[in-house]
Amino acid sequence: MAPANRPSPRPGFTLDVDRQTPPILFHHGEGFRMEKLPVGRSRVIYPSEPLNGLKDPDHEIVQALLNPIDDDPLPSLLTPGMKLTIAFDDLSLPLPPMQRPDVRQRIIEAVLDMAAAAGVDDVHIVAALALHRRMTEAELRHAVGDRVYEAFAPHGLLYNLDAEDPDEMVILGETDHEGHGPHKETVQMQRRAAESDLVVYVNINLVSMDGGWKSTATGLSGYAGVRSHHNPETMTRSKSFMDQDASELHRSNWRQGEVIKKHGPRIFQIETTLNTNTFGYDGPLAMLQKREWEWSMRDRTAFSAMQMGLKRMTPAQKRKAFHSWKAPYELTSVQAGEVEAVHKKTTEMVYKQHMVPVEGQTDVVTMGLPYLSPYNVNSIMNPILVAVQGLGYFFNLYRGKPVVREGGVLIMSHPTPWEFHPVHHPSYIDFFEQVLADTTDPVEMQHKYEKQFAEDEWYRHLYRTSYAYHGVHPFYMWYWCSHALEHLGGVIVVGGDNKAVRRLGFKPASTLPDALEMAEDIVGPKPTITHLHNPPILMADVK
Amino acid sequence: MKWLRFIADPPTTPKGVEKRHPRPKTGVYYDVEWSRGPAAKLIRRMTVWGFMKPAIRIYGSPRVVGADRLKEVEGPVIFAANHHSHADTSLLLATIPAHLRRDLAPLGGADYFFKSRWAGALSALFIGAIPIERTKLSKLSIKNAEKAIKRGDNLLIFPEGGRSPDGWTRKHRPGAAFVAKRANVSVIPTYIDGTGRILPKGKNWPTRARCAVVFGHPLQATEGEDARSFAERIETKINELADEFGSGWWEARKRAHAGTTPDLHGPDGGAWRRRWALGPAPGQKRRSPSAKRWPNI
Repeated sequence: MAPANRPSPRPGFTLDVDRQTPPILFHHGEGFRMEKLPVGRSRVIYPSEPLNGLKDPDHEIVQALLNPIDDDPLPSLLTPGMKLTIAFDDLSLPLPPMQRPDVRQRIIEAVLDMAAAAGVDDVHIVAALALHRRMTEAELRHAVGDRVYEAFAPHGLLYNLDAEDPDEMVILGETDHEGHGPHKETVQMQRRAAESDLVVYVNINLVSMDGGWKSTATGLSGYAGVRSHHNPETMTRSKSFMDQDASELHRSNWRQGEVIKKHGPRIFQIETTLNTNTFGYDGPLAMLQKREWEWSMRDRTAFSAMQMGLKRMTPAQKRKAFHSWKAPYELTSVQAGEVEAVHKKTTEMVYKQHMVPVEGQTDVVTMGLPYLSPYNVNSIMNPILVAVQGLGYFFNLYRGKPVVREGGVLIMSHPTPWEFHPVHHPSYIDFFEQVLADTTDPVEMQHKYEKQFAEDEWYRHLYRTSYAYHGVHPFYMWYWCSHALEHLGGVIVVGGDNKAVRRLGFKPASTLPDALEMAEDIVGPKPTITHLHNPPILMADVK
Repeated sequence: MKWLRFIADPPTTPKGVEKRHPRPKTGVYYDVEWSRGPAAKLIRRMTVWGFMKPAIRIYGSPRVVGADRLKEVEGPVIFAANHHSHADTSLLLATIPAHLRRDLAPLGGADYFFKSRWAGALSALFIGAIPIERTKLSKLSIKNAEKAIKRGDNLLIFPEGGRSPDGWTRKHRPGAAFVAKRANVSVIPTYIDGTGRILPKGKNWPTRARCAVVFGHPLQATEGEDARSFAERIETKINELADEFGSGWWEARKRAHAGTTPDLHGPDGGAWRRRWALGPAPGQKRRSPSAKRWPNI
């Protein structure tokens, strides 16, 4: 919770680097770098400070359920004898995982309380993970809370979606659109959800891409539904996929939503927004969300101690330490009701927290990538995930135009180890060794390799019974980089493993000055530089 | 040694002089103000960390349920719990989330914890107790409680007024509800399970048994609600928490909404029937009717 004397949060802004500017913090995997940026031609985009959280989140949740947007109050939709399915976002949200109680727990408890009052007995709770890995018991407990877990999981009523179970998935139909890429726009859904009288979907909208029809059309879907928009053609048409008005991914999900409206179950959407209190207002990591010139003596001491400690730790120890961090996020809004109306309001709140106005594009954009992406919670950030974090997520955090001009250079800082989690990412290993060794062109790999990986029986078995991402997942990661790969003139990784970086088709550099010098070969001498001071998350509104 | 006797023996009062009866310094009159300073607080914190937490972990291996419900709760608040044992206070001092535990003041029976100045000093210093009369709702008891709330303390009240004699709970008295209403603070309903097996009433030495504490959402008196009905609501909530602990959250919520939550008062009838209804202690089995009564020879 925010301290009582916390001054009102300041908006994000762009700092022009001058001689007085202290070294700037770059996240660097499970570590940090302090970098001096060239004076006179560099700028740093700082995120807005965390908005104040709601004082009584449980009360606000109940109010949202009782007064939904463009829909009937939830209690009036609940009747004895009905089939109710509650679906919730999986462990890829929020990042890092939030401190207990997770917002999903608060909402699911409130929904179940109303269901209990209405005498609803047939309730299923499903982690809508599509082609992501299954959540472990500890992860499920963290998301829904012990009370809900213990009441439902032992009876098989709380479980992970199995999108490869042929008996448990149904096709709802196809959209009128012919679809981008080799497949038509098919809408697939878990059978239980499709046959329910009501599906309540519980979202955490960390970024503007989350939520809306994407929740049900993608989260409760399998390969047949997801491949309709997770392809290079859709991604290169999404400029960016964080900007709904310019996102083909968004439009595709919305078209699928129309089919769900016609042929699917009634959806009651609950969306929530969190502030960007990722590292806390005080505590050991508080300095990471402060502006460098405002670091107190305590912050500087803590940061130095942390750096010294990290130097002496093995990569596995560092990973363990960082992944144990639970963000003290606070709920800033909750809205429920009809999917599109709810999502409109949610997006406003997400933009209010994330949007930072930026004047014009730049020749070079720099970014420090943290230890975490949506796909390596409690896992290893392998080189493919490094690429998607930089070129997929951070690059696409813009509205209007990309921060970097067409043909410009993206410099990202990350150790990029040639290391994979064998349980979570088995198909990534083969993708890296086999596919990327052959081609880095998303379209070519889609036609040549995607089907083979997607239908591989061993990957399918690991996805269904172990904790592995689906066989096709690394392809999707690479497709998410499509827009950036098409737009950029070059990608340089600072401090990365040379071999791994080259395999990705990027250039390695040992220091930032080296990387900037290399960038000059592509964009010309004395380029303008913009650094995204992210995380906490920001979205550049580029004019 | 004359001087020592001089110091130790109080002077006698001359005859014919009316003896002045000083205000009593024990019981509900015991002044605990000295025990709210930083030094006493530090001693209490050390007691909790150095003694109570390890002791309760060794003897009770407590399970804490519902601490997440207190995340946004800011003091002062009143914890109202069922009461089985002296171990209850230690259990709560060891398990209440840190931000609410720091200034926790249990209300202790003036006739028991403050019967002498020594007992009062120990109770005030080590558990931060505040004296209250259990048999009646006296002005002084209310004043003591209100003073603590004004100071920013969180109160711990056992509304039954004493430890359960047989494992079942007794009807709640309205003290906690009355104080909460007067001071306009929330009540945290709290259910304690298993401490009656660790240190039941009448025993002086603890035995090992598993215990648990379940915290509920804060309750506030509604407008126009009197202390008695607020007390009943608190008691109902504690019953629901007990049901949640025993049969799971979802079943408990369904029963709560249907108004069929079992209470904790136990059946009417003789002592043995009430004991019998509690069932066997964990790890013990009742002899089944078909079991052999004699060993094989």
